[in-house]
Amino acid sequence: MDYIKEREVYLKNVNTRKKKIIISRIAILIAFFMLWEIAGDLGWVDPFLTSTPSRMLKNLIKLYAEGNLFKHIGITCIETILGFLLSTIIGTFIAVLLWWSDFVSDVLDPYVVVLNALPKVALAPIIIFWVGNGIPAIILVTVLISVIVTILTVLNGFKEVDKDKIRLLQTFGSSKFQILTYLIIPASIPTLVSSLKINVGLSWVGVIMGEFLVAKEGLGFLIIYGGQISQLDTVMLSIIILSILAYAMYEAVSIVERKLRKKMFH
Amino acid sequence: MNYHSPKNSTKALENISFAVEKGEFLSIVGPSGCGKTTLLNIISGLIKPSHGEVYIDDEKLTSFSSKMGYMFQKDQLFEWLNVWDNVFLSIKIQHRSTVKYKNKIAAMLKNYGLWDFIHHYPEELSGGMRQKVALIRTLALEPEFLLLDEPFSSLDYQTRLNISDEIFKIIKKEGKTAIMVTHDISEAISMSNRVIVLSKRPAKLKRIYNIDFEGNHDSPLKCREDPKFRIYFNNIWKELNN
Repeated sequence: MDYIKEREVYLKNVNTRKKKIIISRIAILIAFFMLWEIAGDLGWVDPFLTSTPSRMLKNLIKLYAEGNLFKHIGITCIETILGFLLSTIIGTFIAVLLWWSDFVSDVLDPYVVVLNALPKVALAPIIIFWVGNGIPAIILVTVLISVIVTILTVLNGFKEVDKDKIRLLQTFGSSKFQILTYLIIPASIPTLVSSLKINVGLSWVGVIMGEFLVAKEGLGFLIIYGGQISQLDTVMLSIIILSILAYAMYEAVSIVERKLRKKMFH
Repeated sequence: MNYHSPKNSTKALENISFAVEKGEFLSIVGPSGCGKTTLLNIISGLIKPSHGEVYIDDEKLTSFSSKMGYMFQKDQLFEWLNVWDNVFLSIKIQHRSTVKYKNKIAAMLKNYGLWDFIHHYPEELSGGMRQKVALIRTLALEPEFLLLDEPFSSLDYQTRLNISDEIFKIIKKEGKTAIMVTHDISEAISMSNRVIVLSKRPAKLKRIYNIDFEGNHDSPLKCREDPKFRIYFNNIWKELNN
């Protein structure tokens, strides 16, 4: 067999494998929902407790007809995106400050460790008193949950930059600010992006937590409210919508990541 | 030079004194961990010695001077910049006008076979080419002398021989003075006018060898074939091990 043919066979195998994976994924999803539906309809499980896809669909139509569905989804999305952006920006900024001064970094080290270990939700009652019972409180909870991890990840990335590269810039007579902008930040782009990915997940945790505690709107509110009035259909439906949104946002960050990598590594 | 850490203090260098002539190529060899790089950093002004001074043309050195160019073990090119931007890094950092240097640097890139690659990124270049780009980046600011810290140690043997030959020729052609730290005795002999041998830590100056290949000294590769090469090698080898 000649070289080109061999390559064709190889590419075909790669392609078939890819297709198989995608088909299997979809099959699992369909099987899962079908089994769920059948189990509920035939009374293997109690549909009041587990809901069923058809009941969720009815619920979805009802919510849509009431005109509130997109409002709930929109509010939760805005809270998540705001929390995500704020914690990324604030976290990166604090990481820069800690990188700038070894002294400050060493002084603050135990505090950062404590804050990282502390379950930030415990602060929620205080936050509600400080900023009120609404969206600002939710965003603050979100920022608190993800900002410390951002600081730690980004700072770690900064500190991993080759010392000789720093010395090289010193031999060019660069200032500390130039070392930051010419070297540390561009060299840490991969770390920054991976911290974005962690932050997406944490932002959702923060927002839903926050909505559990204070919200009058949003998917987290729907979940809690549905639970309180024993409407588990609404709860399940909200969780499904949440999964789709979280997945979409993660994918969006991945696309940004690929674009950045392409730009950096052409 | 003494190093202090909370647990112990290390004497790295002791009583080392030497001078380098303009246009000379000087190598420093010594057992690994003896403080060669420390010595180079002191000469560069990047670190301050516990005792002692460095003079350039009778002028005392207090911090890193732009008369010097430093080359590291690894090329330390910035992966996110292409060859052209890498070479212009120092000029941008010092806010000098790129226009002024453009022709000279372009000429260097052309002469040394890198012109076709100026839009390429470091990862697309071979190890030897990367080291050449690093040298041109160092030469961009027109330093009077070069400090080379085992500049070929990250290359494979064949590339190492070829690139050391090429880089030696570039340094000579640009008329630069060079101080090179290395643990490779052959490399030191083939490139240098003089070789300084250091002892184990705390490093003292053991001996200085004058290397003379009688007019054959324009190519390190050719020097390696000179009958005197063996003799120099054996002498330095004995001195190092004794």
